[in-house]
Amino acid sequence: MNAKKAITHNLRNYFNIFLRFFLMHGAVIVVPMKNDDVIQVQGLTKAYGKNKVLRGIDLTVQKGTMLALLGPNGAGKTTTVRILSTLLSYDEGSVQVSGHDVKAKPDEVRSVIGLTGQSAAIDEMLTGRENLIMMGRLYRLTKKSATERAQELLEQFDLVDAADRPAKTYSGGMRRRLDLAVSLIAAPPIIFLDEPTTGLDPRSRLAMWDIIKRLMAAGTTILLTTQYLEEADQLADRIVVIDGGKVIAEGTASQLKSKVGKDRLELTFKDEATHVAALQSLQKMVADSDDKEYELSVIINDTNKDVKKVLDKLDAARVPILSMTVHKPTLDDVFLSLTGKVKQKEDK
Amino acid sequence: MAVKLEFVQQPRATQALIDAWIMIKRSSTHILRNTDQLLGTFFQPIMFLVLFATVFGGSIEKALPPGVKYLDFLMAGIIVQTVAFGSTTTAIAVCNDLQKGIVDRFRSLPMNNLAVLTGHVVSDLLRNTISTLVMIVTGLVMGFRSSASLRDWLLITGILLLFTFSFSWLTAIVGIIAKSVEAVQWLTFVIIFPLTFASSAFVDPAHMPAGLRAFADNQPITQVIDAVRALILGTPIGNAGWISVGWSVAILLISIPVASILFRRKSTS
Repeated sequence: MNAKKAITHNLRNYFNIFLRFFLMHGAVIVVPMKNDDVIQVQGLTKAYGKNKVLRGIDLTVQKGTMLALLGPNGAGKTTTVRILSTLLSYDEGSVQVSGHDVKAKPDEVRSVIGLTGQSAAIDEMLTGRENLIMMGRLYRLTKKSATERAQELLEQFDLVDAADRPAKTYSGGMRRRLDLAVSLIAAPPIIFLDEPTTGLDPRSRLAMWDIIKRLMAAGTTILLTTQYLEEADQLADRIVVIDGGKVIAEGTASQLKSKVGKDRLELTFKDEATHVAALQSLQKMVADSDDKEYELSVIINDTNKDVKKVLDKLDAARVPILSMTVHKPTLDDVFLSLTGKVKQKEDK
Repeated sequence: MAVKLEFVQQPRATQALIDAWIMIKRSSTHILRNTDQLLGTFFQPIMFLVLFATVFGGSIEKALPPGVKYLDFLMAGIIVQTVAFGSTTTAIAVCNDLQKGIVDRFRSLPMNNLAVLTGHVVSDLLRNTISTLVMIVTGLVMGFRSSASLRDWLLITGILLLFTFSFSWLTAIVGIIAKSVEAVQWLTFVIIFPLTFASSAFVDPAHMPAGLRAFADNQPITQVIDAVRALILGTPIGNAGWISVGWSVAILLISIPVASILFRRKSTS
């Protein structure tokens, strides 16, 4: 960064501090914070030069619940988590964690949060136990507390056998477990989990989910980011879908699924002739058709009645069916339809 | 959770010291566990000393004042060269930390973040002390003798520690700026190599071309070497002692704040 840029950058920072001071005090009076929203984000923006990574994110997380931030690569999930955990500054908006402004009171925020990032942030030369004790001491735990808590976490996370080996000898799953254990060393009431299972094998992923469920049971407030819909579906109380730095949908898993619509009956035929015959016999009932794969789908409101109706019609026209499935909307559908729509709007 | 957690409540300054101490222990553990690097700490000084003393010794001794052995002359230069190169381990360690996620972890903790750098710099001091001791013992075996008194040796130790400390902070900046460990290696090499060779480390700058000589005479490494050499050989030290301390302090005054600001900026972007 050249000197001129640095000076304008600093001036802007000072200006921001003043601006925030006024905004903050104004905001406190106008919108008193609800006690149970431990994470409050309003109008959050962040740009790297001309590249706008976040374009106004709003989200809240209630105490003791889990919010999943769902989105594709580059949606702004990690940027959001880094801002919430004081690692990154932001341009506009307000971010409060446990009632503390992340810019004005970073240390207060840091003492109530735990962060598990995408890459295991552990010291590879130190043993698992040394990592835990060191981080515990840096969290301001007494030596005794840090040592006892380290032992407890090693037991909980099934790392006792490896406790006194350097972390560089650990497998991927063990590293993630140690990483999560490290962020829990001071039992923070708020945990950020940034793609905690990305790159893990199925068994390690299940083990991680187990640990996360136990954390939720213990009343920890969790913000989890993931690209896996299944993960959000399985774990989270509420889901916020982001894409291109904007929130494009939010709600519970079932609310999001109902947005995508009804169940569908999907039919596949053997060849072009039967496919055409089926289209003719079903006529307006067909919602979607693929001429190349000889497939078509019918929207069904009542599974028993509508499926029977389709089968009766095809039977009457003597059209043989190759295969048939009832498709219930998944979060994948939600995701594809939502992110697809946003793309189209931008293209226009 | 069965364990009852107790937190330490201490003033900020005390906490910062505790953080630094925790980080010094961490970096020192790295040094002790990194066996490859540790071997280098032992064998590199031996190799340098034996090579320089035997390859150059015969030719250069003739240009020295009568009665001065090249090994005795070389000792100051090669010690300073070794610690100058040794200080680059700080750069590598800092760069390594920044490359991996560990700095994010530290920054998400309510700790003093400068402690990460302090840890590397101070543990580097420890490693360089080992290197220097190995070098002196090797020198003694090869016939190095000094007339320096205990007071002189304490002065030598002080000047060298201060110099190493300041150079480690300087290379920490390289470690922050560089994009990879490979970049650190060549960057520190192109800085330290000319500084140590265009100095009074191996030869008397009096025989260098005028321009180079002006540089060699006035750069910090020459001043440190001249001060240490005068104390080892028992010759008049002149202003070299004060100037070398001045250089080290000046480097510290600039590089500590610069390194802290760059470190913070790099780890927040």
